Amino acid sequence: MSLTENLLSVLIWLPIFGGAAVLFIGDGGDAASGRARQMRWVALATSLLTFLLSLNLYTGFDTATAAMQFVERFDWIDALDADYYLGIDGISAPLILLTTFITPLVVIAGWDAIKSRPAQYFAAFLILEGLMNGVFSALDGVLFYVLWEAMLVPMFLIIGVWGGERRIYATIKFFLYTFLGSVLMLVAFIYLYTKTGTYDFFSFMDVPLSMLEQQLIFIAFLVAFAVKVPMWPVHTWLPDAHVEAPTGGSVILAAIMLKMGGYGFVRLSLPMVPDGSEYFAGMMIALSLVAVVYIGFVALMQKDMKKLIAYSSIAHMGFVTLGFFLVWSIARGSGAELGMTGGMVQMISHGLVSGALFLCVGVLYDRVHSRQIADYGGVANTMPIFVFFLLLFAMANAGLPGTSGFVGEFMVIIASFKANFWYAFLAATTLVLGAAYTLWMVKRVVYGDVANDKVAALSDLGRREFFVLGVLALAVLLVGLWPAPLVEMMSATVAQLVEQAASTKLSGL
Amino acid sequence: MAGIFGQFTPAAPEILLLTLLCVVLVVDLFVEDEKRTVTFWASLASLAIVAWSLLATAPDTRTIIFDGSYVSDALSQVLKLMAVGVVAVGFLYARDYLRQNELMKGEYYLLGLFGLIGMMVMISANSLLTMYLGLETLSLSLYALVAFDRDSATSAESAMKYFVLGAIASGCLLYGISWIYGSLGTLQFDQITAALNARPANANDLPLWFGMAFMIVGIAFKFGAVPFHMWLPDVYQGARSPVTLYIASAPKLAALALTLRILVDGLGSLHEVWQGMIMVLAVLSLLVGNIVAIAQSNIKRMLGYSAIAHVGFILIAVFTGSGEGFAAALFYTLTYVVMAAAAFGMIILLSRQGFEAEALSDFKGLNARSPWFALIMMFCMFGMAGVPPWVGFFAKLNVIAAVLEAGFPALAVLMVLASVVGAYYYLRVVWYMYFDKAEDRSVFQADVDTRVVLSLNGVAILALGIVPGWLMALCVQVIAAVY
Repeated sequence: MSLTENLLSVLIWLPIFGGAAVLFIGDGGDAASGRARQMRWVALATSLLTFLLSLNLYTGFDTATAAMQFVERFDWIDALDADYYLGIDGISAPLILLTTFITPLVVIAGWDAIKSRPAQYFAAFLILEGLMNGVFSALDGVLFYVLWEAMLVPMFLIIGVWGGERRIYATIKFFLYTFLGSVLMLVAFIYLYTKTGTYDFFSFMDVPLSMLEQQLIFIAFLVAFAVKVPMWPVHTWLPDAHVEAPTGGSVILAAIMLKMGGYGFVRLSLPMVPDGSEYFAGMMIALSLVAVVYIGFVALMQKDMKKLIAYSSIAHMGFVTLGFFLVWSIARGSGAELGMTGGMVQMISHGLVSGALFLCVGVLYDRVHSRQIADYGGVANTMPIFVFFLLLFAMANAGLPGTSGFVGEFMVIIASFKANFWYAFLAATTLVLGAAYTLWMVKRVVYGDVANDKVAALSDLGRREFFVLGVLALAVLLVGLWPAPLVEMMSATVAQLVEQAASTKLSGL
Repeated sequence: MAGIFGQFTPAAPEILLLTLLCVVLVVDLFVEDEKRTVTFWASLASLAIVAWSLLATAPDTRTIIFDGSYVSDALSQVLKLMAVGVVAVGFLYARDYLRQNELMKGEYYLLGLFGLIGMMVMISANSLLTMYLGLETLSLSLYALVAFDRDSATSAESAMKYFVLGAIASGCLLYGISWIYGSLGTLQFDQITAALNARPANANDLPLWFGMAFMIVGIAFKFGAVPFHMWLPDVYQGARSPVTLYIASAPKLAALALTLRILVDGLGSLHEVWQGMIMVLAVLSLLVGNIVAIAQSNIKRMLGYSAIAHVGFILIAVFTGSGEGFAAALFYTLTYVVMAAAAFGMIILLSRQGFEAEALSDFKGLNARSPWFALIMMFCMFGMAGVPPWVGFFAKLNVIAAVLEAGFPALAVLMVLASVVGAYYYLRVVWYMYFDKAEDRSVFQADVDTRVVLSLNGVAILALGIVPGWLMALCVQVIAAVY
């Protein structure tokens, strides 16, 4: 038992036990009490320690291999042949780093803003962090499913307890939608288990399956992941959940939980049912393009800032799925990897940018208690530093070169050019639409005359807010200007993934 | 022990329980009302002794005694131990409630112990007649328990309903038994199997099927499977909460034994014939239970319908007819009983003098009143909903795996979709507890021991979900030893 051998377990269990400790310390029923202060520091220390430990994933990562690294495997449930099997590769490692990076920021952002039951709030986020790290590292069907579902519970409580007015409707919708999506995945797992006699993901990848089986399993996976991503037309839970969730909840939801869907496609759908995926690739590309174009127009019409960012998330996640499912449309050897890598980079970038935008809205909301664009105007006059950050993140959201938003989108657009002109044409509309809805929102909120007394009374960023947004801004610029380390980390795994997706499992029958 | 007494050893726990029960009965006669707790402790002590005797007399192999009418095997050991444990826990949860409501009478404990004898006899039955005797002992105790609060009109009404419908069901069962006996000339399960296997290929099976259909009606009634579930919500709601706890927990174990012993021990070779009937019952229970539960505003009634849905899952596991399916049914029943005990324990905890926590809205704001017990109730609800990592998920996982293994993917999909529908009403309890403001801020009146046991019971739902392996292995082993 050493730290490097059990690093993934530490990243899962440290936040969970930290969360339990936070619950145990409690807040004495008063957010200002000394007990609550101690509790906050424990929460912050846990999340920071988790982040620092997770850096070992980057330093110790071998970019030359597509094999699983940091592997841990123990027997867990013998009667089910389920193992406690963890490991990461080039697609899961960046997502774990994203998770451990965002969580401390969420803790800091909620420091003073959460007045009721702060102990439960911070505990929920820490436990959620552990579970999310687990989802990204699980390589056993039962373990994956357990963590995947367990993740819903803290989020259900976060939205329901600390959310806005229509929080109960939103959180029940969120839970049932995602629960409905994932149960079919469970059936697919068990079906694969009856074929292979194990829940090991790699034996799922190796087992030959008929076309019908692959199609049905693909649909079962699709329902689970499409709801999570979310893809049009099963996206309707997302605007509700985002709008009603507290700031921290929106950030985690947008930055990480949406990535679960994209991750599921590359970890499960493509390698396990390649022929089924190929069969449905056209439909997936069409749905992705609908998300990019149609949802882009929908975002344009939003009056609520959080809703606007939520719709923009759906549009951006459309790029992710587009990048993944272009694999079969591009001739072998001419850059199918590009689309896949673009999708992955887009996931990381969107995690940073949408999280930052939700935090920006949170900053305004904490002061004015309104999310309506119409309630603002001329914020630049009273909050210049804030506006600097908001503008940077808005530009990143619109895909300005130099920011992280550009890298992924550009890769996917290039890849879609190789596939089909019209794919590229439709995908590229995002450059116009994304800029339109983001910048128009910024214009209405930030520029012009000071709209009302509340805006006139605004105070600029506090130290904590400045720190959180500053760190995110640096990350956005870093990924935008120097994406090489990130791309390098993924490259071996992406190459193998393209290989797996292009090979057929029918022949083994 | 040898000779004539030797064959009594496997039945020693039942004999011991009956003896101890008589002692408790006599003790209770001489205890004054204020000291009724003596009866409670005497009952608990009896249960502890019975549990010890179960462990001490466990036979190594399947032993059949009393001229073939009584069996002791691994399955009976596990079910009996669990039944004794759950009855004991239920007695503990009930104590403070009964005291506060001036219902602290010896009858509750005595009828509970009589019911337990009935369950143990059912669990060990190796002939249809023994099964019937055990069932009637249990049922008569339950009828009386439901009417236990004699001044309450609703209790009396539901007891009457239960009694009349229960008598019809017993009649059906007995009628079915008589047809089987008429066709095969025996009541003993192993001889029934032998007679079935020996019958000529072109024999007329109609009388057998006829008898079996009636027996399945009886089983479905006792389990509360749709369309023979009418009594269940009314009885759950009408009975006082400690009685509901009793009815909702241990008798499910006996009902599982009833099903397995009759359908598998006895009529196992007619599997293809009863499979269809069980499937219809199971699917209807799953759908009706989950959908109707959504409309309930009384939590006991809601849990009643949820019990119907859970029975659907258990019956589907039996329907597969495979060892895996039976192990899944056993695992499901054992873990369901743990969850039901905790959930009804919470209802009892929230009740106090003159106030029955029956409405769902009584759970509003529980998180503000007691974060710890809100957490325990949340464990129960997510456990029953089948959300991991709570143990209810693994129970469902086992059943679904058995169904897929048996080759019924459409049924598996139906099951998971029904679970999603079911999740809604469990979530509603969590929502009331966590998202709504408390309407009532009174303090719980339960004693420390009740709180500790209830907490352990709730934590067990989570702990069993994180390390379910040993219990699953045990279930598989038990079933492998018997079938």
